[in-house]
Amino acid sequence: MRMARAVKIRAAITTALATASLGLTGFLVGTRVNLLPVDASTNAPTYDSLFKVLFSIGTMLFLGISIVLIYSLVRFRRNEGELADGPPLEGNLPLEIVWTAIPAVVILFVGIYSYDIYDRMGGMTPLDHGALHHQHAMDTPSHTMEAKSMEMPSERVWGGIGPAIDTGVASTSSASGAVLPVEVTAMQFAFIFHYPEADITSGELHVPLGQPVELRMKALDVIHAFWVPQFRLKQDVIPGQPTVLSFTATRPGTYPAICAELCGPYHGGMRTSVVVHEVDDYQTWLQQNRPAPSST
Amino acid sequence: MTVATPRDLEPQLQQPLQPKGWLRYFSFSVDHKVIGLQYLVCGFFFYLVGGLLAGAIRTELATPLSDFMPRDTYNEVLTLHGTVMIFLWIVPVVNGAFGNYLIPFYVGARDMAFPRLNAVAFWMIPPAGFLLISSYFLAGAAAQSGWTAYPPLSLTTPAAGQVVWILSVLLLGGSSIFGAVNFIATVLKMRRPGLKMMQLPMYCWAMLGTSLLVVLSTPVLAGVLILLSFDIIAHTGFFNPTLGGNVVVYQHLFWFYSHPAVYIMVLPAFGLVSEILPVHARKPLFGYTTMVYSIMGIVFLGLIVWAHHMFTSGTPPWMRLFFTIATSFIAVPTGIKFFNWLATLWGGKIALNSAMLFSCGFILNFVFGGITGITLAQVPFDIHVHDTYYVVGHFHYIVYGGTVFVIFASLYHWYPKFTGRLLNEDLGRLHFLLTFIGFNLCFLPQHWLGLNGMPRRVAEYDPTFTTLNQVSSVGALLMAISTLPLLVNVVVTAFQGKRAGDNPWNALTAEWLTSSPPPVENWKGEAPLVTEPYGYGRAQEPKAPTLEAAR
Repeated sequence: MRMARAVKIRAAITTALATASLGLTGFLVGTRVNLLPVDASTNAPTYDSLFKVLFSIGTMLFLGISIVLIYSLVRFRRNEGELADGPPLEGNLPLEIVWTAIPAVVILFVGIYSYDIYDRMGGMTPLDHGALHHQHAMDTPSHTMEAKSMEMPSERVWGGIGPAIDTGVASTSSASGAVLPVEVTAMQFAFIFHYPEADITSGELHVPLGQPVELRMKALDVIHAFWVPQFRLKQDVIPGQPTVLSFTATRPGTYPAICAELCGPYHGGMRTSVVVHEVDDYQTWLQQNRPAPSST
Repeated sequence: MTVATPRDLEPQLQQPLQPKGWLRYFSFSVDHKVIGLQYLVCGFFFYLVGGLLAGAIRTELATPLSDFMPRDTYNEVLTLHGTVMIFLWIVPVVNGAFGNYLIPFYVGARDMAFPRLNAVAFWMIPPAGFLLISSYFLAGAAAQSGWTAYPPLSLTTPAAGQVVWILSVLLLGGSSIFGAVNFIATVLKMRRPGLKMMQLPMYCWAMLGTSLLVVLSTPVLAGVLILLSFDIIAHTGFFNPTLGGNVVVYQHLFWFYSHPAVYIMVLPAFGLVSEILPVHARKPLFGYTTMVYSIMGIVFLGLIVWAHHMFTSGTPPWMRLFFTIATSFIAVPTGIKFFNWLATLWGGKIALNSAMLFSCGFILNFVFGGITGITLAQVPFDIHVHDTYYVVGHFHYIVYGGTVFVIFASLYHWYPKFTGRLLNEDLGRLHFLLTFIGFNLCFLPQHWLGLNGMPRRVAEYDPTFTTLNQVSSVGALLMAISTLPLLVNVVVTAFQGKRAGDNPWNALTAEWLTSSPPPVENWKGEAPLVTEPYGYGRAQEPKAPTLEAAR
């Protein structure tokens, strides 16, 4: 009786120690091992914190299951010529409840956490201020003409990532708090960037540090996707359905902007650069690239 | 109630339609075992074709420049690779091959419910497959828009190849539906008297769930592809934005089938593993009832998660949220299955043979792929890695590391039943080692590549990614080499392998309670009543009928 109890206690201690060391390993791997490229937008650190949480949980789960599997294969391996069966264990309800409940709780936690991250990224922000009006106008035919003429510039936006809320870096206290709109046109096989305020058209995207940028994206032919790995952002550019992508750059440098949706033979070559300038450099770039006043 | 033998029912049918010897494998046979092996061999042929295409892709990606083949050929190759591997290898083999061979045994029937429909379903596959592959030669160009065939790209690439692709996939989808109807009818209606649903081997439940998914979702794929073909041939505007069409609607309809398709590929594999593990661990399958419920849970959830493939497509925020949560919850029933398999192994008497090694390889790979799947289900995470090599790595861990590993495990497990001879274990272990190392070498680095900026379906990439792409290509080469010991093993064993006897694994399920290979109507006498397919460890109690009793 006492022996059995001692064995039970020892098993409990072993399990607790194993779980703790597994948790610690997962946590250390998840937080210390960096698999991501450099972060260059306000969105990226938020994303990276989600990545770390998922990587930690994933490491714990994978290591735990692998260890149990490999231990079983070694410990319970059948000897050569052995014919006996294992014990006729057909199930264990409390155990089943435990391994249903624990993943369910973990999933719930991950879901709520990633919803929070998504909200902070601006994913839940209403996309366009004109959309509601536009929708309303559609419902009441008598105003359609009038509404259309007024709302023409702000077409319905079908999807995308809105401006992030309260990111700290790009708050209104910043001098350059106003949103910089850039019109993006995707076609086989290039992105064209147009700055409506400065009337500049460019094959590269130039943005100032710390100012919120809103890409208003349209595709001319097939579906493309605009992806900047260092911003951790991607949005499909869809013919017939304008989309938006908002971000605030936080690190000067040149980053790739990549088409991520198969768009034809030269899909792999459809890439350009995003150049993040210091605010002064950006002004210089604007000056240099402003179209010459027409000399007619 | 007595069991009527097919001979009583259709005396005129059986004789003329059953050629003898090897010739029957090339005939319109209605024997479920012949049809099962037809599916298996045909599928394996297309596996080699798809593998060659994969080899071409990895050769192109060994260097950062697009220098191995023309760019549109590359897109044809990746389109065919995906289509062949999914529709001609994994779906037919894991459903058609093992389903047809095993289900009648498991329910105690002499054949499937509709034997002729069964033969029709199989014989739709070879023409569809050859049509697909020959489109490159017949139509001048094969489809180039990926296996997803998203419009408007699929409307602008060469039309003939795309139409042939649609025709071929429609045929394969039809075959799949015929098969599913047959499985549902067989499991529900052909059970031997006295055999209850909750006594069926787990593979029956897996096939029941899978077939429900096929019947509910494949017609939607057929519908959307027919609309797409209208857009191509008749210039209608369903998905053509210049005519007012909506391209995202296509994606919804396509993924309404193609996400369940993942479960159509993995649920049968779950079922097969549930058959293999108890036999080689000499323990009952742990948690039978929860395993059944988790299959049905996966079927239900599998139908309401499709839009997680479209998180960057311009779906509204609430939709992204709903599909994140629904998708994440699939981890719960899936997790239950994996914990139950581990509990099945725990305390058993495990034989580390090829079938067991491949099954355990499956567990490791699938757990990894499942975890990356959970990460992909989270919208903010997915927005960065969607359409990158991270996704390519993830789904190969599911369909290759998961399902294909199970197909190999099943081959080692049931080959003695198919032929009466045991596959060579040394070659089998070599095959496992090469496949496992090659597979992980090929697909593990792809996760990092995706996270760091390599999109999928590209023929050229940033030169900073060269080293890992070359590692991946070396892994692919190892996987190609791993096919050799398998081929040698299968061919040589068929002629001079060790005799297996009727029940080499000392298993309890019904297919082992007859001769190897089994006779035309499965049992010489009445079908045995197996009420405890996993009754291992009960030597003293009366378990399943003995071999002698069954004959």
